[in-house]
Amino acid sequence: MWPEYIAVAALISIGLYGVMAKKNLMKIFIALSLMETGVNLLLITIGYIPGGTAPIENGNFAKYVDPLPQALVLTAIVIGLSVTALALTLLIWYHSKTGTLEYRRGMRW
Amino acid sequence: MRKAAAIIISSVFFAILLASFYQIPQTDYGEKEYYYQNPINGSYANESVPSHYIANTKNETGAVNAVTAIVVEYRGFDTLGEVTVLFTAATGVSFLLYKVRGGKKRTEANLILKEGSKLVLPFILLTGAYIFIHGHLTPGGGFPGGAVIASGFLLMMLSYPKFFMKERAVSVTESMAGITFAFIGLLGLVFASSFLQNFLPLGNVGYLLSAGIIPVIYIAIGFKVGSELSSIVDKIKEVQK
Repeated sequence: MWPEYIAVAALISIGLYGVMAKKNLMKIFIALSLMETGVNLLLITIGYIPGGTAPIENGNFAKYVDPLPQALVLTAIVIGLSVTALALTLLIWYHSKTGTLEYRRGMRW
Repeated sequence: MRKAAAIIISSVFFAILLASFYQIPQTDYGEKEYYYQNPINGSYANESVPSHYIANTKNETGAVNAVTAIVVEYRGFDTLGEVTVLFTAATGVSFLLYKVRGGKKRTEANLILKEGSKLVLPFILLTGAYIFIHGHLTPGGGFPGGAVIASGFLLMMLSYPKFFMKERAVSVTESMAGITFAFIGLLGLVFASSFLQNFLPLGNVGYLLSAGIIPVIYIAIGFKVGSELSSIVDKIKEVQK
């Protein structure tokens, strides 16, 4: 389980770095989706039990992983997709108003 | 300066995250940590939530895939809200991009891409339909199936610069699918006891025509997600003349 946890922590930290350090709004959105992937991976990893298979019952396996986090992550992925689409749309709008993708402090638009 | 501060803060956050993951119990869900504990008298429930789902999904819903059963039956209301969020995002995209124009002119794709995408499109649509029809039997369901269908239309948009979705057909499909979802929920209120409850026979577990309302709802979700995602892609593409 530890490789997954380290990957989760790395994804969330890299996303946090991107949000804080970058000025290009496109890169900030990419960093936000990285953080989102990290959170989804964390939920899936908590629901995993050692030796479990996907929760589709066909009589061949005795152990299944917890299906509830997978259903929640399915929801979270769709919500994340909607948020990304809306954010990119706002970015297109911003670009057509200002001619740039960079965020500047105190900008009126 | 800004980058150095960001690196320091995210490294500290990395360490905090790892330290907190260390506290997560690595147990099987048969063990006591997964059971609901009554906060008043400290007693434990008879079984944990995951083991209830694993043991009873087949008998209660007739679906083989436990994730589908949770998404459509146990938490069907949650899924209705999720579909609404996606609908709101699609509406917001078309609202914001209504007047934005500009960008570079698109170049014509070459012959191989054009003819190849025409050849491949029916098979992509067929795969998407297969995925959402078999949502209760195999991995997948309405959301991945709809995404596959939208990817087929995206391929057509990439190869033909003048390919546009027929706006009227897309919105009619989307509204009909949404109405079907809500209407089936209301039928559950009429024929069974609560909203989105199953009122159709469960059938033979493991066959295509089984699991009551799950396949019907997932087909509606597949159409809805497919039309919404393709309309989002179409709107974003329209900005480039």
